[in-house]
Amino acid sequence: MTITLSHVLFVLFGLMVLGGAIAVVTVRNLFHAALWLMLVLFGMAGLFVLLEAPFFAAAQLFIYMGAIGILIIFAIMLTRAFMRQPMPRANEQWWLAALLAAVLLGVIVFLILRVGLNEVVNARPVPEHTIQVLGVTLVDPEGYALAFEVASVLLVMALIGAVTIIRER
Amino acid sequence: MDWLTRLLAFLSNAIVNIGAWLQGVLMGWGLPEPSALLVVRAVGALAVGFFPLIVVIFLIWAYRKIAARIQGRLGPNSSGTWAGPWGILQTFADAIKMIVKEDIRPQGIDPIPYNLAPVLVVFASVMLWAVIPFGPGGSLIGTDLNIGIFYILAFSSAALFVFLMAGWSSNNKYATVGAFRSVAQLVGYEIPQLLAVLTVVAVAGTMKMQGIVGAQNVIFLVAMPLTAFIFYMASLAEINARPFELLEAESELVCGYFIEYSGMKFGMFYLAEFMNSVAVAAIFTTLFLGGWRGPWVDQVPILGTIWFFLKMGLVILAWMFIQLTLPRLRIDQMLNFNWKFLTPLAIVNLCVTVLVNKGITEAFPGGAPVWTRAGILLLSNVLLVLVIWGVSALGRRREERRAWRAAQVPELEVTA
Repeated sequence: MTITLSHVLFVLFGLMVLGGAIAVVTVRNLFHAALWLMLVLFGMAGLFVLLEAPFFAAAQLFIYMGAIGILIIFAIMLTRAFMRQPMPRANEQWWLAALLAAVLLGVIVFLILRVGLNEVVNARPVPEHTIQVLGVTLVDPEGYALAFEVASVLLVMALIGAVTIIRER
Repeated sequence: MDWLTRLLAFLSNAIVNIGAWLQGVLMGWGLPEPSALLVVRAVGALAVGFFPLIVVIFLIWAYRKIAARIQGRLGPNSSGTWAGPWGILQTFADAIKMIVKEDIRPQGIDPIPYNLAPVLVVFASVMLWAVIPFGPGGSLIGTDLNIGIFYILAFSSAALFVFLMAGWSSNNKYATVGAFRSVAQLVGYEIPQLLAVLTVVAVAGTMKMQGIVGAQNVIFLVAMPLTAFIFYMASLAEINARPFELLEAESELVCGYFIEYSGMKFGMFYLAEFMNSVAVAAIFTTLFLGGWRGPWVDQVPILGTIWFFLKMGLVILAWMFIQLTLPRLRIDQMLNFNWKFLTPLAIVNLCVTVLVNKGITEAFPGGAPVWTRAGILLLSNVLLVLVIWGVSALGRRREERRAWRAAQVPELEVTA
């Protein structure tokens, strides 16, 4: 097996994601943790590009870094006296989080083993025009139209709920 | 005229020719083909990255000259030390001054985010240029991604956290407030901008930048003026231009989230801001002014690049005139304008335009004539503007009547 550029990039983005993720849970400064999370999200976008899914990569940047990341930073800045140093690294629920993470890892490993490692590595070629396929499948009654509509209703409900909460009385 | 034709033909394919030549040289040195290709691509990427820098250096000079004329001054000139005719080299002098300045580190900063923020902000601005088509064909665009315009939106949105990073790590109240404010403004105006882009994508039927240019047989500024208006207003806010210049409102915030930066670090924020302005002008040109399309482009492809830059120059000029003549809004006016006017307008505009466009496609099974589609879209836009005007006039009159009625209530008698 020859080493190609995509292998190098994969290792690079993989290190970015893993190293960033370790840093997120180990640094004591919450703001730094949020910044490391940004690095993780960026690395995930890079992995999506390597999987030839540019739309997901851009969506990752747009939604996770542009919206959720900002929201997390705002939440940290507004709810905690986070300038106070040092913060405890973990709270009393750490074992629950570790358990959940271990279960998730187990599920992923189980799925990979069930599908077969070779099947995962030797993926089929990516079809052309993935965005068009995605768009049509989302609104196709045979595809995911119902799930799409349910998600839309959920989002509208969240929007109305937010407006109701902040309304001046 | 033979040499002229040949020169134009060479220029039209200049980038392809130079790339092929470079690859040949590298392979002559014994590099295998993939590595040579990689080097050529890297050089191309470097060129795309450096291009906006060069444009911005002259743009800063032009901006200062125009600003000076509008304000009744002369602007940079050679009265002090020599800086070229009309002070054209002034920006170079400023840049050198900034680079050699002492690197000041304020006390109590968070060093890594503080030093990383200027780098990231320029990185995000440079990345935008990868998908902007400067001319016809595949050689005058960094890469014609399938997701083109969405890539631009994604990168400008993902870069927002850098403002928070800069503002917070500076250990300064004004910087932090400025960072919050900039995120509130930029996240807010992203929504109408996104909806306007979505309208364009729905009518063009593609997110590819070259595809959007190709779909504009009638430029979208004519076919969808309302969408162009929404996009332009949102873009002005996104690039922090004067009616929305609340990120560095001097009288309130001193200068916003980058108050603690000096020297070249400050220069990089300044550079990124200018680069974003040029990028937004280029995006507006691509989305609404037909990009590189113009007369005689079919015969002489290199002319497309000239058309592109002429149109882009006009957009930049419009931005400068607005920036230099309008006063700044208050923060509540800025937020109200976005959430109570621009966003609802963008949503209604999206619904109407998409429905009308679909209707035209259904009504003309063989494909609608170019001007018919544009005309009907324009008509729907005009009607929409009239309806919105009527509704807002009604609302205003009702407000006035209510205020008048409230004033008619007799004063309460005060009994001893």
